[in-house]
Amino acid sequence: MRVPLEEHRYGDHPVVLPPEDPTALDGADVSRETRLRLYRLLQELRQFEKRAYDLFMQGLVKGTSHLSLGMEAVAAGFGAAMREDDYTFATYRGHAHTLARGVPMEPVLAELLGRANGLMSGKGGSMHLTSVEHGVMGSYAIIGAHLTIANGAAWSAQYRGSGQVAVCFFGDGTTNIGAFHEALNYAAVFALPVVFVCENNLYMEYTAIRDITAVERPAADRASAYGLEPVAVDGNDADACYLAATDALEHARSGKGPVLVEALTYRHGGHSRADPGKYKPPGELEAWLAYDPLTVYRGRLERLGVATEDIEPIDREVAAAVDTATEAAKAGPLPDPGSAFTDVYADGGHSWRN
Amino acid sequence: MAQLSYREAVARGIAQEMARDERVVLIGEDVAGAGGVFKTTGGLLDRFGPRRVIDTPIAEQAILGAAMGAAMTGLRPVAEIMFSDFFAVCWDLVVNEMAKTRYMTDGQVTLPLVVKSGNGGGLRFGAQHSQSIENWAMAVPGLKVVTPSTPEDVVGLMAAAVRSDDPVLFFEHKGLYSSKADVPEGEIVDELGTAKVRRPGRDATVLALGLMVPRALAAAEALAARGIDVEVVDVRSLVPLDTATILASVGRTGRLFTVEENPRLLGWGAEIVSIVGEEAFWDLDGPIVRITTPHVPLPSADSLEDLVLPSAERIEQEIAKALGE
Ligand SMILES: Cc1ncc(C[n+]2csc(CCOP(=O)(O)OP(=O)(O)O)c2C)c(N)n1
Repeated sequence: MRVPLEEHRYGDHPVVLPPEDPTALDGADVSRETRLRLYRLLQELRQFEKRAYDLFMQGLVKGTSHLSLGMEAVAAGFGAAMREDDYTFATYRGHAHTLARGVPMEPVLAELLGRANGLMSGKGGSMHLTSVEHGVMGSYAIIGAHLTIANGAAWSAQYRGSGQVAVCFFGDGTTNIGAFHEALNYAAVFALPVVFVCENNLYMEYTAIRDITAVERPAADRASAYGLEPVAVDGNDADACYLAATDALEHARSGKGPVLVEALTYRHGGHSRADPGKYKPPGELEAWLAYDPLTVYRGRLERLGVATEDIEPIDREVAAAVDTATEAAKAGPLPDPGSAFTDVYADGGHSWRN
Repeated sequence: MAQLSYREAVARGIAQEMARDERVVLIGEDVAGAGGVFKTTGGLLDRFGPRRVIDTPIAEQAILGAAMGAAMTGLRPVAEIMFSDFFAVCWDLVVNEMAKTRYMTDGQVTLPLVVKSGNGGGLRFGAQHSQSIENWAMAVPGLKVVTPSTPEDVVGLMAAAVRSDDPVLFFEHKGLYSSKADVPEGEIVDELGTAKVRRPGRDATVLALGLMVPRALAAAEALAARGIDVEVVDVRSLVPLDTATILASVGRTGRLFTVEENPRLLGWGAEIVSIVGEEAFWDLDGPIVRITTPHVPLPSADSLEDLVLPSAERIEQEIAKALGE
């Protein structure tokens, strides 16, 4: 791994801060083109989710939804490093991972709004975003299962000799469920081309991960128990995530087996729409805002001499794209009622009797 | 024609499909080197090699996840859950993942996979290794559920399950593994969602599944000796369900008995009874009778297990009593 494994302590409770100096990777081997791409991705994920939040507030998005505001660097870094035909397995907090694979904003927003022009025509919703065409093999809302499913996609890639890698994102809370442990051993024993990415945002729903986990790094500290190298990265620095992703993907693609990456990051908001995040200690959010992935990255671009004229058009273009997507999503018709009865079975229907 | 045991038929069905289609692969605990704890996968490793026949860790969630992920990306896996009772530790994968994925993704993801498992009682294994769980699975939209009762059906329905583009739970009955019958040579491909009339009869329709099929047939022979002529229908597939064959049989005989190994509460027979009540009420000449295991876990001792599982004698008696003999 080019990103060194550091002995980061998460800091002392209650306020936990990110591990790295934001300038640490200023000199890293990332091209200007890639950096501008990462910056654009960060903006897209940020502005998209802010819009999604506004749409909740207007009562246009129903049910629940889980935002990853503050965690964009992980999705952006991996999205930029993945090959077009690699597989993404996401969780219910999967907007960013889906968009980062190139899925357009309009069908994702329309899905949140329950419209026929939604990514799954309104049958999946925010927690189940899937676009097979873009390698997004689903977003899974029951903790743990999708690590085992990602193994299956990796096995199939290995069997077919396709060179594809399955990348599976999950939270710190997920490391305490049985499927995590089954999946790691299984992937390691068959040397599957899978990359497990733990987004450690310090909280499992409403409980701090350190209050319910006996090790400090819930994913990385357990990696060696399954024969994997522990890899920990600064999950707020898109370059760190991009470099870790590049290395991990190369490792998995070359047949050396699975990689587990733990990215330390922070979610700015609550767990889901209904959660104001009152359990967070005072000052924690403010302290983390100084390490916001967009702030970190913008600062780097400026230090590296990228001109404002090259950066600001990106912000404006993304804002316009979000507006256009919002209007198109809102203008979408409601789903055809008949669609509630389709695709239970592979013949396209739902009939269980002749 | 050669005699084949039910357990050998499982391997033959899988081998037939593996030979035909390189995408068909087999995983499970002890399925490769050992040939399966019930010897249902013997010889497959030698014939198809360790790339396609794979021993897994004891990790039921990992096994089903691997099967599902592989199915969604181009393979057609067969996964074994050793005893069907063990589905309880990977039920999330079955009901939340496999069953719902096609629907939630609006048809983007197709899951051509088979999960095979040893189901049912009669072998004195006790309550954690003897359950019949086909009715758990039947209640979940998105799954197909198959339970063959003869070696020939095992081969043909396994082929049909592997070729199906839906997730199929393939319940082999442990109590039938050593049963033998003539099976034709060559490729056999059956059809999911088809029931079979095993024995035609005039006086009543008896629906049975798995181990209960030979017991119902034995009961029918005994009843014939008493002048009662019952038709035995092997349901074979719960989802899809062949209601046409069932309703036609009830239309001919006017009476219906279901013989189930499930505990009585919400067994599959209850669903069929309700269909017949709704759609063929006027064909009925008398009350419907469900013959089931009582609402108990299965006991281990010979005498107790025999007491609770429907036996041929009990089936015979209950039918004779209901028909007013
Ligand atoms: C098996 C299961 N148990 C509980 C839940 C309820 N639940 C939803 S999200 C969540 C917290 C997960 O935390 P983590 O894995 O850290 O992911 P994050 O939300 O932080 O991204 C819980 C407990 C669930 N979805 N599935």
